[in-house]
Amino acid sequence: MSVNRNNETASAEAEAVSKSAKSRIQETFRDPFFWSKWLVVVAFLLIVLVFGLLSPEAFLTTYNLNNILVASAIPAIIVVGQTFTVATAGIDLSVSSIMTFGAVCFGLAFTNGWPLYQCIIFSTLAGFVCGIANGLIIAKREVNDFIVTLGMLSVAAGAALVLSDGKPRQIIDERLANVAINEFTHIPYLMFIAFAIVLVAHFVLFHTRFGTHLLAVGGDPDAARAMGISIVKIKVLVYAISGSLAGFAAVLTVSRIGAAEPAANTSILLNSVAAVVLGGVSLFGGRATIFGPFVATLLLQALSNGLTILGVASYYQYIAVGVVVIISASLVRTSNK
Amino acid sequence: MKQVAIECNDIRKSFGSVEALRGVSIKAVAGEVTAIVGDNGAGKSTLIKCISGVYDADDGEIKINGEVVKFVNPEESRSFGIETVYQTLGLIEDLTIWQNLFLNRELTKGVGPARLLDKRKMRDRSEEMLKNLDVYIPSVKARTRGLSGGQRQAVAICRAAGWGSKVVIMDEPTAALGVKETAKVEELIKRMKAKGLAILLISHNFDQVLRLADHIWVMRQGSVMAGMRANETDGDHLVSLITGAATGGKSK
Repeated sequence: MSVNRNNETASAEAEAVSKSAKSRIQETFRDPFFWSKWLVVVAFLLIVLVFGLLSPEAFLTTYNLNNILVASAIPAIIVVGQTFTVATAGIDLSVSSIMTFGAVCFGLAFTNGWPLYQCIIFSTLAGFVCGIANGLIIAKREVNDFIVTLGMLSVAAGAALVLSDGKPRQIIDERLANVAINEFTHIPYLMFIAFAIVLVAHFVLFHTRFGTHLLAVGGDPDAARAMGISIVKIKVLVYAISGSLAGFAAVLTVSRIGAAEPAANTSILLNSVAAVVLGGVSLFGGRATIFGPFVATLLLQALSNGLTILGVASYYQYIAVGVVVIISASLVRTSNK
Repeated sequence: MKQVAIECNDIRKSFGSVEALRGVSIKAVAGEVTAIVGDNGAGKSTLIKCISGVYDADDGEIKINGEVVKFVNPEESRSFGIETVYQTLGLIEDLTIWQNLFLNRELTKGVGPARLLDKRKMRDRSEEMLKNLDVYIPSVKARTRGLSGGQRQAVAICRAAGWGSKVVIMDEPTAALGVKETAKVEELIKRMKAKGLAILLISHNFDQVLRLADHIWVMRQGSVMAGMRANETDGDHLVSLITGAATGGKSK
């Protein structure tokens, strides 16, 4: 890229001043980031179209689309946290375990008779603490994020088993069950909650100083530090957000299952990383959108839902998701060159 | 009589047993370009890092407009009106021009936790900042990635100059640029000088130093060997001072 730049320099300035609207549109279309942003929307519509044609009476029903939304809600919240960590050129592999740990903490609080709101705060706090630990070790000790969060994956999963003695706890609460079951204008409550978080995350990323600094740290940590931005602060906050969202998502999982289970939910980790990549967030950091990964989450759920409807065994669905992720990652890779 | 913008007295800095600066005293005057020349390892970079707050000097004092100041990080140095344009790092490619100009100085509106970025104001001010130094860039909304090397350096310089700063330090500002772009950046430096900024220029390019500088300090092995007006010297003389073939006597 840098070779190109030098060749362009001589005429670039004169050219640039007299840039018309038309050439600016052309430039937008040539910008790989533009495509990685919209690729996922096109792919999502394509998948809905294909499954809609293959199985119109089963896939394109309100009931089924509602199912997809319900199934997407919890992953969508996890994906927001993952997007933040990836935008700083990091990754959080511990999200699924933190979620399990949060659910177990929720179960403990609930069976001890804490009021519901306190249980929710406790679960979120449990995730927050795990996230802070991740962030501090990654940023202060400068340990590789991959290793730290991989370690936390094991620690949180183990802690969940220890605290619960390996047994699930039934959680019977009408209000919780209502959240999981009810809907408003065919849109499940769970999705409203997820979308509210997505909206807030979008505002945080693109309309606050923290968001700009986050992207700056992800894009070029040395340059960000030279401008006085604290890399430690940003990284700790990012992992704390990811952990807290996982802790909060645990509450919604409990509400869906009706129990706090110590069982690990590994597919949610794969899905979160997959959605971030599909959604056009650069794994090298510095470039991110919130809506891209959100649509990618819907896409992945629609994909497995559609395959199930077509009668494809769930074993094959793992393969399908993996293939989609690898293909999309390689598409983004080539278009960035 | 022009005002002395920055004055360093007897700055010392060691890294373990290596004495990088052995009591360096220089000054730079407002509205002038002051060049620091010297071979690799002469201590130029260490000196400017002490001035910009990257390093904390072991000993010595720094005066801004006659007042002794003390800072331990770049942010504090910046708060005294000292800005640095770095040779390599500076702009963040994934951010837009206005985001880079306002990086870590973002304007916000609203109160408390609901403080949102005031994007329009920052874009408008960015345009002003660029216009103020006659830098033309198609749109402040463009990502920095698409800019040429010269345009980037121009943006970085506007950022350094646009914050009510008094002293702008430039470390090899044209090292990575072509001939045409170098000329543009030099024009920019002259305009900053005309606006009354004190400019500290580090450059290996003697022609450039002689073209731009009003005053030159020559450093060698962690000490200042000589200080002179640029019109009292020439390239050969500078080379002999830098290599140690000639001695400049007491620096003035």
